Amino acid sequence: MAIEAVDHSHWSPLLGRLWLDALPQEPIVLATFVVVALGGVALVAALTYFKLWGYLWKEWFTSVDHKKIGIMYMVLGLIMFLRGFADAIMMRIQQSIAFNGNEGYLNAHHYDQIFTAHGVIMIFFVAMPFVTGLMNYIVPLQIGARDVSFPFLNNFSFWMTTAGAVLVMMSLFIGEFAQTGWLAYPPLSNLAYSPWVGVDYYIWALQIAGVGTLLSGVNLICTIVKMRAPGMTMMRMPIFTWTSLCTNILIVAAFPVLTAVMTMLSVDRYLGFNFFSNDFGGSPMMYVNLIWIWGHPEVYILILPLFGVFSEVTATFCGKRLFGYSSMVYATLVITILSYLVWLHHFFTMGSGASVNSFFGITTMVISIPTGAKLFNWLFTMYRARIRYELPMMWTVAFMLTFTIGGMTGVMLAIPPADFVLHNSLFLIAHFHNVIIGGVLFGIFAAINYWWPKAFGFKLNQFWGKVSFWLWVPGFWVAFTPLYILGFMGVTRRMRVFDDPSIQIYFVIAAFGAVMIAGGIGAMLVQFAVSIWKREELKDESGDPWQGRTLEWATSSPPPEYNFAFTPIVHDIDAWDDMKRCGVERPVTGFRPIHMPKSTGTGLILAGLSTALGFAMIWYIWWLAAASFVGIIGYAIFHTFNYKRDYHIPVETVEATEAARTRQLAAAGA
Amino acid sequence: MTATTINSVHDLSQPQLQATFYDLNEHDHPEGGSTMLGFWIYLMSDCLIFAMLFAAYGVLGGSFAAGPGPKDLFELPLVALNTAMLLFSSITYGFAMLAMEKGGKGAVQLWLLVTAVFGIAFLSIEMYEFYHLIHEGATPMRSGFLTAFFSLVGTHGLHVTFGLVWLFTLVVQVGTKGLIPANKRRLMCLSLFWHFLDVVWIGVFTFVYLMGML
Amino acid sequence: MHPPESRLNPPGRPFGPSRFLNQRSFAALGLAGMLTAALSGCNTVVLDPAGDVARQQGDLVIVSVLLMLLIVIPVMAAVVIFAWKYRASNKDAKYEPDWDHSTQLELLIWTAPLLIIICLGAVTWTSTHLLDPYRTIGRIDHETAIAADAKPLEVEVVALDWKWLFIYPEQGIATVNELVVPTGRPLQFKITSSSVMNSFYVPAMAGQIYAMPGMETRLHAVMNKTGVFKGFSANYSGAGFSSMHFAAHSVDDAGFAKWVGDVKASGKQANTGQTADAPLPEAPAAMPLGGNLDRAAYLQLEKPSEKVPVIRFASVDPELYGAIVDMCVEPGKMCSSEMMAIDARGGLGKAGIRNVSMLEYDKNGRQAGTDATATPDAAVRKELAWVRALCRQIPGSAPDGTIKAPTDMRSLNGAGLAAPQSIGLGQEEARAPDSVSRPAHVSLISRN
Repeated sequence: MAIEAVDHSHWSPLLGRLWLDALPQEPIVLATFVVVALGGVALVAALTYFKLWGYLWKEWFTSVDHKKIGIMYMVLGLIMFLRGFADAIMMRIQQSIAFNGNEGYLNAHHYDQIFTAHGVIMIFFVAMPFVTGLMNYIVPLQIGARDVSFPFLNNFSFWMTTAGAVLVMMSLFIGEFAQTGWLAYPPLSNLAYSPWVGVDYYIWALQIAGVGTLLSGVNLICTIVKMRAPGMTMMRMPIFTWTSLCTNILIVAAFPVLTAVMTMLSVDRYLGFNFFSNDFGGSPMMYVNLIWIWGHPEVYILILPLFGVFSEVTATFCGKRLFGYSSMVYATLVITILSYLVWLHHFFTMGSGASVNSFFGITTMVISIPTGAKLFNWLFTMYRARIRYELPMMWTVAFMLTFTIGGMTGVMLAIPPADFVLHNSLFLIAHFHNVIIGGVLFGIFAAINYWWPKAFGFKLNQFWGKVSFWLWVPGFWVAFTPLYILGFMGVTRRMRVFDDPSIQIYFVIAAFGAVMIAGGIGAMLVQFAVSIWKREELKDESGDPWQGRTLEWATSSPPPEYNFAFTPIVHDIDAWDDMKRCGVERPVTGFRPIHMPKSTGTGLILAGLSTALGFAMIWYIWWLAAASFVGIIGYAIFHTFNYKRDYHIPVETVEATEAARTRQLAAAGA
Repeated sequence: MTATTINSVHDLSQPQLQATFYDLNEHDHPEGGSTMLGFWIYLMSDCLIFAMLFAAYGVLGGSFAAGPGPKDLFELPLVALNTAMLLFSSITYGFAMLAMEKGGKGAVQLWLLVTAVFGIAFLSIEMYEFYHLIHEGATPMRSGFLTAFFSLVGTHGLHVTFGLVWLFTLVVQVGTKGLIPANKRRLMCLSLFWHFLDVVWIGVFTFVYLMGML
Repeated sequence: MHPPESRLNPPGRPFGPSRFLNQRSFAALGLAGMLTAALSGCNTVVLDPAGDVARQQGDLVIVSVLLMLLIVIPVMAAVVIFAWKYRASNKDAKYEPDWDHSTQLELLIWTAPLLIIICLGAVTWTSTHLLDPYRTIGRIDHETAIAADAKPLEVEVVALDWKWLFIYPEQGIATVNELVVPTGRPLQFKITSSSVMNSFYVPAMAGQIYAMPGMETRLHAVMNKTGVFKGFSANYSGAGFSSMHFAAHSVDDAGFAKWVGDVKASGKQANTGQTADAPLPEAPAAMPLGGNLDRAAYLQLEKPSEKVPVIRFASVDPELYGAIVDMCVEPGKMCSSEMMAIDARGGLGKAGIRNVSMLEYDKNGRQAGTDATATPDAAVRKELAWVRALCRQIPGSAPDGTIKAPTDMRSLNGAGLAAPQSIGLGQEEARAPDSVSRPAHVSLISRN
């Protein structure tokens, strides 16, 4: 194939380097664009027709209620998950047909964008929003709080994450995305080798979303440290809250590194600085070190909260106290600390000395000890239990079996000489999908099935949930076992075409697995739709459909805006279980007005301006960049002049809400 | 644990149980109870950004790319003056905080403005230094060393600039609203921020300028 | 993960270690069978390589799996057993909702993985040192030690966009996308790259190592079987990455000598027919390739191209590889080793400030596709304009008077700077104009 040298050197003061050549050229992208555009128009028309804009703006977009923000995070994650999965299945199809001189249906420019976008989207805009959404929704409820520490900041964080996602989605239709792999190693990501807008989209999407992630990390740490219910000492916190605390500590300690390294890459690209250049004394290897100092903690940021979910789910559906609570807490803390001491295992092959390599190899293996301890704790929680196989518990058992294999292949990769033969191979791809799908995604599915009734007041349909489960779990193994084998056959990642026809069958099997997973995703969407359709049949009046053990089950489903009319007092790890055993009834008189934060549109406006700033910087539209930057600073200052950010829910409203709840409980009991 | 809890509460009446398990006499939580903790955590994360820039300077600080090094470029007297400006601004900010404790609105504003004067002096000297360097051709594009130097010092300068914007905002807010708790909290946060920048500058002065020159 | 009897064995329940063991051995057998069945059908080169180094690395994979299976299989079996046995519908199973702690079990669940990791850690420490790619190999295979006087065959490997250049310094030949090595002789690879990061990987021979611009990595290996094996870049490097592979031929000594002779004799572009790539019509036919690989030929070769057929060079500039690592193949460029030597002495001071274009390596992008800006004229003009604009601001002199505003065009190419006497920067640089003052400390630089 000839090297395509497309001239993108056009620049005008008004539009920067944005010009007609930025519009979709490839038929696949063009068709997608048309479909998405029509869908968008239809959505906007529907919202306008049903006069939903005001509702959305007042009740959702400007809401500072942690529960609504949590749900919006989950919606964002789900939408981006569909995009990320579309990328995945395009790759699987390309790799299963590009043999024997067949170039497949994707050219290098397109394919290289797809695998980069797949990685970026799945990590930053699927796993992160899902995890943050869960923490946002559940943590304040679990600790008996009425909201997070900084409710406005929470709304702002969400919209900044969304702004990053919007930029990534824009890159699909306006210009291009990075063709560098999801971590954009220089020199490939330097201006010299990636001259057009792809890497700039990458940088600004991550930078803007990173602000949101960091602030939400600060917010949740403060919430957990400062706003726990009376009596909830650190060692009485629910495990999910513990893992959330550790995750947010990791976020606060890791994301600044990403911000710094992205800034360095941008000044290299925009101003010709020499952080990571080949010449003038720059050091591309420094980038690789810095990005992994963020990148390795990041994988624990993703998995730790789900370890918490599995702990909650196991204890609940085993009808049993979690085995080894303190051991679980210490294991989490050990993982948190160790996750900073292993980054070099991502590049043993870069020529570090044997002693350095073995140090990082061994620290990596050491992480498997606390992780193993956690697995044992879940295992012994199941011992002498009464396990109810509802969907969350099914996902948990699937996780325990899948993740164990993923952990084992991870330790294999931690041995430097073994890594030399498996690094960057499809074995590596299979390994990290094994832990991220088997750990993070299965955990998210468990969490969605577990907490959905809390968020919406009705359970999810079990039949379609099981269909989804039985397509997902075998589908995962069908999709990734061939990749493990291909890794042993010395097949490397990010390949677009192959010349050895004997390996085609493995890719065909893997593609079949991906189709099964697609079925699993489809079944899950059907599950949501059917459940919403039949919500009256699936209704849960009690607020505690699973015989839960922690405080989120102590309030109604969905919880009132203020979560708890009276703040609970905690005497035990499983606070709600304790209350139920003691036979305490919820107080029905003596309510007081409740102090709550007010909604504000500032977060959305600032994030909108940030999107404009990112877009302008990507396209070199300097006037717009300057204007939006001034706008951000100006509006932020303007916001600080508003001192009236709270109000009281009048006691009558609280009384009415609680009376309704009393009637509901009575009806459920009858 | 559970067993003891159950035993001790077993004989309680329902109102007593409710009082054991619910905070029935709750009052409004004072607003901003988490602000100082939150701001401190933010500062620590900011500190990490500086740590990365220091690390980059540590890696690239000797890559002069056959160009000038610190000894050829830095003028210690100027930097010493600059350092003095920032240290003075920290002291005057301290006076502003003392005035705040005493409740002197005008004094707070005055000391804030004095702080701003020193801050602006610091920035002006830094900008002069940068202008001078760039004019000589010692641009950040010239070498890895200069890239790391300009980024580290420039990021600090940007922080000071941001601090100044914030400071002027607060002068106005103290003027219009007085020393209300919200404003006091903001003054405390800016105080943390300002002294934090001082500490970072001590690091810059030591590791970049002094160790580069000596 | 055997639970202590007293804690875990419900009295009167048939749940003893023997039953446990049966489950486990059954599972182990099943898993081993599955693995064998899955892997025997295909060519798992990583586990069954042709080179001793790769073999040891592959063995390590197996050893680590076996060690971990010691704990993984019991855990997975226990998950399945507990999940089944304690299902809610099984009312016979014991139910202890408040049982949440056991010190013995806690000890076990922390120490059992710890013991495995201690074993694995020891294996890791020794194997990482023994199989350090920078370390010369100590044996040809598990029974043959290396002869005391054996000299490894040196191959210099350069990852180009998007093909591989192999230089044989001893033989004075070079090839593109064709690696031929003698079986049973220790090999020493010196690896670098011209533009972005790649990874040099011949799975049948030894594990991979990154190829990075301006840097050299090393790999020591040996081939124990003759044959043709796959080699490729294992680190994504841009649009042409997919087809950046080559055939690695392991041949006997006679075959190697014959091949070297052939390459020396042919001196022309040749397709051996054994390559992984079929030659394509789009291959850069206009390139003056084949024959002698000198700096000019290298600069042509370096330009991005895909699916390049095998090219053989009968002779090669002996200093070429060093210049590639030093990023100074192009005439008039300062070598990075010289730059670093200067830097170690504190740089060139302000006199070196304008000395920019002789340091520029890839600021203008990949060599091709940037013809508009990459021609020296345009680059020089751009720089000149910039410097002049800067100089106009203070008419007459440069800011501190140590260097005059450039009057000689050559200074902008980096030639205006006096070369320190002890560094041979080449003839061009030596003819520096006298008008440029030289900082005193520069003369101290030596190249050792």
